[in-house]
Amino acid sequence: MEPFVTLRTTAVVLPLENVDTDQIIPARFLKTTDRLGLGNDLFADWRYDVSGAPRPEFVLNRPEAKAAQLLVAGRNFGCGSSREHAPWALLGYGFRAVVSSEFADIFRNNALGNGLLPVALPEAAVERVAALIAAHADSKFTIDLASTTFALPSGERFDFPVDPFARHCMLQGVDQLGYLAAKEPEISAFERARAGAY
Amino acid sequence: MTQSSPRTLFAKLWDDHLIQAESESTPAVLYVDLHLVHEVTSPQAFSVLRERRLEVRRPDRTLATMDHSTPTTPRGADRRVPIIDLKARAQLAQLERNCADFGVPLYALDNEHQGIVHVIGPELGLTQPGMTIVCGDSHTSTHGAFGALAFGIGTSEVAHVLATQCLLQRRARTMEVRMDGVLAPGITAKDLILRLIAEIGVGGATGHVLEYSGSAIQAMSMEERMTVCNMSIEAGARAGMIAPDDTTYEYLAGRPYAPQDAHWDRALARWRTFAADPGSAHDRTVVLDASSIKPMITYGTNPGMGIAVDAPVPTPSHLSDASERRALEKALQYMALTPGESLLGKSVDVVFLGSCTNSRISDLRLAAGVMRGQRVASTVRMLVVPGSQEVKRQAEAEGLDEIFRAAGAEWREAGCSMCIAMNGDELRAGQYAVSTSNRNFEGRQGKGGRTFLASPLTAAATAIAGTIADARTYVRGR
Repeated sequence: MEPFVTLRTTAVVLPLENVDTDQIIPARFLKTTDRLGLGNDLFADWRYDVSGAPRPEFVLNRPEAKAAQLLVAGRNFGCGSSREHAPWALLGYGFRAVVSSEFADIFRNNALGNGLLPVALPEAAVERVAALIAAHADSKFTIDLASTTFALPSGERFDFPVDPFARHCMLQGVDQLGYLAAKEPEISAFERARAGAY
Repeated sequence: MTQSSPRTLFAKLWDDHLIQAESESTPAVLYVDLHLVHEVTSPQAFSVLRERRLEVRRPDRTLATMDHSTPTTPRGADRRVPIIDLKARAQLAQLERNCADFGVPLYALDNEHQGIVHVIGPELGLTQPGMTIVCGDSHTSTHGAFGALAFGIGTSEVAHVLATQCLLQRRARTMEVRMDGVLAPGITAKDLILRLIAEIGVGGATGHVLEYSGSAIQAMSMEERMTVCNMSIEAGARAGMIAPDDTTYEYLAGRPYAPQDAHWDRALARWRTFAADPGSAHDRTVVLDASSIKPMITYGTNPGMGIAVDAPVPTPSHLSDASERRALEKALQYMALTPGESLLGKSVDVVFLGSCTNSRISDLRLAAGVMRGQRVASTVRMLVVPGSQEVKRQAEAEGLDEIFRAAGAEWREAGCSMCIAMNGDELRAGQYAVSTSNRNFEGRQGKGGRTFLASPLTAAATAIAGTIADARTYVRGR
């Protein structure tokens, strides 16, 4: 996992609430046994028409979207299925962070575990961010994970919550399995103590 | 919270599986009793194990099956399910290889116990009260019907559990959902849960574990309780739970993996402790009057967009919240519906009876009861997909397959089928379906397909009528 320390980037806005993981990556792309290569299929059914050509009106197909590493979306982003293919597809496309006023639980966990930062801001702040991008598509935002702050182009900053442990792992670029594997003595002791319970 | 203060059911199970309590800087380490695995969300997890030279720590607490990318087309002369899709075939072969290499038991397509992961766990007696159960599938909440703490996880977490039998978790809040009253004839558990989700919304329970209680829940069979818990995730809940009672124990007794003899008595004594203590407090409470519920149907593109079947489709301009208004407009555009129109009498192309929500024997019995001696409308394709091979055998023993076949419905092999449309069963663009599954997201049942979620009774009634029907008219006087 690539460390996430700071990110300064332009952003694209998907002004929709309850964006579900079936939209982020439709199920027919889940027949893969790999985690790479899903970026092209991100938002496939919104992004491409029936012939497979990009729909020019969809936000990811606009020229200014190319360099954006931040996606801004409405509340309850990532609801639905537990597929980790959703953050894999977002990362594969080139996003490093998503701003929303609320994230679905499983999606948030999956994102954090892969180095995709879910930035939960108050609804009014998300609206301001979207308005800034609508006015100036080249608006740049700065995310600092160490201080858990999100900065507007003006320098105005918002704090956002991140689980301290997930933050530590992302800053270091380490995944959580190593930590868990080191609990082996405690796990064995727990199993011995309740042997026969199930 | 100390051990002596009254605890919720969730709190008891949480405490019972805690290897390390959470702190400000670290999440809790939670032990997992049962890990269910399927072909779609596990390959990358096994890859992690190979990369790090790790073993599956407890193959005896792990069970794999094939359901998601599995075709449900009838078996050929060789008794095998034909797998035409090369990618699906490779994915299924990968699961076989992974299970063989790591010693994980697998109920493959040719196994008598194969089926949808959330159908076979309970029917085999693997799902038991007081357990922690996880699977790389959001509908793992189904197993909470047994008083288990059961929830969906991502593939990285699948690797965590394979390697350590543990998960890193932050403690969820709890929401009590009290449902009192008696369901009217023609109204099912599916209508009840659709009503709840319509009430609190698809994000209404985010961060919470739901504890269902009340006389309507207590009166339900285990299969009905599974339908309710199954869709907890559609309100955003981490899990849904129901305290075990005699209905639970009667269901479990004698099942292949249920405790036997002296073990049964010991287990029963333990299970009886898994109820919320009197006076235990929840972070939130929602109350629903079950007797007021009508047949429910969704009109939009998430499971919270549900109405009584005889109610008009909502009107965007009536909504004050701009974001909700936009969402409703977009949903109605996708569904090609007009504000204020009635769904009753609307033509559908496909009726799907199946999925981890409604593919158990009681669901098939309900639908068969409506369809006995009737014909599926000539304009409708109906798929009946049993949740497991065990359900299929039972249905065939009861002659239900004959009722469906005689009506003109397709009788298929066990699997997720048209709930997820990654196995060959799917809607074509523009088609309307009444579906007993759990998600009506855009394209969920096939690119461009349009889904109305409803109960098995509504599905059966609609199949006969050819248009969306009020199930109450079909069960009256029967």
